[in-house]
Amino acid sequence: MPAPPERSIGLQFDQVEKRYGAVYALRNLTLKVAAGECVAIAGRNGSGKTTLLRVAAKLVRAGRGTISYTGGASNCRPTIGFVAHATMVYDELTAEENLLFFAKLQNVENPTKRVAGLLGEVGLEDRKDSLVRTFSRGMRQRVAIARALLAQPSLLLFDEPGTGLDAESGAWLTGHIGKLRDSGCTIVMSLHGESETARLATRAIRLEAGSVIADTRHGAMFQAIFAGAVN
Amino acid sequence: MLRRITLGALAIGLVACATYASFYIAPEERTMGAIQRIFYFHASTAWAGETTFFVCFVANLLYIWKRKPQYDWLGVTCAEVGVACITVVLITGPIWAKPVWGIWWTWDARLTSTFVLWILYICYLLLRTLVDEAERRALLSALFGVFAFIDVPIVFGAIRWWRTQHPAPVIMGGEGSGLDPIMKKVFLFNVLAMHVLAVFLIVERYFLEKTKHDVELLQREAEAR
Amino acid sequence: MALLSNAAALLGKEVRTEFRSRELLGTTIVFVLIVVVVFSFTFDPTTAESRRFGPGLLWMAFLFAASLMLQPCFLREQVNDTLSALRLAVQDPFAIFLAKIAANTLFLLLTELLMLPVFAALFNASFATQLPAILLTFFLGSVGISVVGTALAAISAQARMRELLLPLLLLPLLTPILVVSTEVTIRLMQPEPYVEWKGIGLMAGFDAVFLTVLWLFGEYLLEE
Repeated sequence: MPAPPERSIGLQFDQVEKRYGAVYALRNLTLKVAAGECVAIAGRNGSGKTTLLRVAAKLVRAGRGTISYTGGASNCRPTIGFVAHATMVYDELTAEENLLFFAKLQNVENPTKRVAGLLGEVGLEDRKDSLVRTFSRGMRQRVAIARALLAQPSLLLFDEPGTGLDAESGAWLTGHIGKLRDSGCTIVMSLHGESETARLATRAIRLEAGSVIADTRHGAMFQAIFAGAVN
Repeated sequence: MLRRITLGALAIGLVACATYASFYIAPEERTMGAIQRIFYFHASTAWAGETTFFVCFVANLLYIWKRKPQYDWLGVTCAEVGVACITVVLITGPIWAKPVWGIWWTWDARLTSTFVLWILYICYLLLRTLVDEAERRALLSALFGVFAFIDVPIVFGAIRWWRTQHPAPVIMGGEGSGLDPIMKKVFLFNVLAMHVLAVFLIVERYFLEKTKHDVELLQREAEAR
Repeated sequence: MALLSNAAALLGKEVRTEFRSRELLGTTIVFVLIVVVVFSFTFDPTTAESRRFGPGLLWMAFLFAASLMLQPCFLREQVNDTLSALRLAVQDPFAIFLAKIAANTLFLLLTELLMLPVFAALFNASFATQLPAILLTFFLGSVGISVVGTALAAISAQARMRELLLPLLLLPLLTPILVVSTEVTIRLMQPEPYVEWKGIGLMAGFDAVFLTVLWLFGEYLLEE
């Protein structure tokens, strides 16, 4: 179960810039995400979606500008759950070992109980003693999500989470993100095209060349944003 | 531009005077004869090289802290000029040693340590060629530069301790040998001349790096249109 | 303290993954053996002189082996981008380094201890009376190699030609360790052995200095 609404935090980008050599991954990006929002980010490959999420997680250092978290306990570093293309778990460990390890690192209370609960939630309790190396892409994604949820994150970031998933796993993913959204967690997810998952969003943003070119809360506009047909 | 030309002229002038002083003003050394005069060139270049590496270290620290590309340009510039200085030291050392001891290399503590120092900064430059992206390259080489510079005194200390266990001829008369007062003045003048030359080379190389950066910027803007 | 408990958890993971595959330890031990044997072809190992060459040869073999063994240190974390997961999970990124240094020191020490009787047999060296001092020397040397090696592994993982780059950067930086540890080991293996405390002090100093430098600058090594 992710953080209850009062613990979820907002995210604020102020004139953020990130360059990789000659290329601007993020250019003059200003964005404010309120606590509890579910934001979908659309954009072509290379538009800056992954960089935006990695900067939000403080994995990538911005060249210019500030990233701040609003709400939540001001003295603590906020817990962030991140699900990316890569699974971010160890192939040589079992699903349970992976989760217990990350739980210990993040000082999760009652780690054994929490891990067992999460494995149940993501439907992997009967495969908990198998090495992650033996898992399919869909199952690895489930482990990745369980890992992201371990410490009851205040902010959840998903980077094209549906990539490589079959229809069944994709449907499971959409359902799960929906549950997280309903429990009030702040979610920011980058999506490649309009999909089931996109319909969960309360807000859609389009990125191009590292800047926000469209931003709407009207569900009717979402399709246009994902199709790239914006003024 | 005028200032750079003036600096260049000053550097060349000082080096010319220093060379003249080394050959005609300094008295001939009693035991080693004329070949000893290479000492003025050898030791002063070594000092200039060490100063340059210190500036490189400071530039590295500043880059890690401030992330301004100018500090990276200064770092690579100083590393290159420093390597050039040390190359001269490593060539003039054996040239001195051969006529005096009959062999090119005696595993003298200072020369051996200097060799390791040279290799360390060659590695710094090599590392830079193996990282493509500019900011990554700047950060990684700055971090390696910090490690390398901090290692330098330890290398010198360890090798000096090592050589005390295995005594061998010492090039350039070792730590305790004193200098005749005129020799000392000529030496210090050489030190000044070499430092000014190093500064001139650093300035020129820095502007080369800056121009390279400006050209890339223009290319990028042209492509964006 | 959070740093130590994080480092302990990370160390547990490092040891568990290594002992599951055992690929690193096995290859490292064999490599050290090969280096020692091949190098002894370059001089007559039966004379008294070999007693002088032996320790240097041993430490050089350890250094070469370490420069290969340290390669996967951060490359392993790139496979599934687990490094990002670690950076998100830990409070202090230095915990990641502490754990890897501890793991690398452990693997190096294991290799060295396994090589010691083999080396003693090959070179007719006796050190039974000096075993504690030899262990201390090996320990301090391994810590030094691991501290610098782990830092450089983080650097070379982000560059091209990383298999060649790591030994290239590592060996010059570790010159003090090679020089001093060889001298100390020679003294411990000679007919009238004694402990060269100044050398031990130099090695401990090297370790302390570079551990401090890594503590100060480690987070930048992991930055993207």
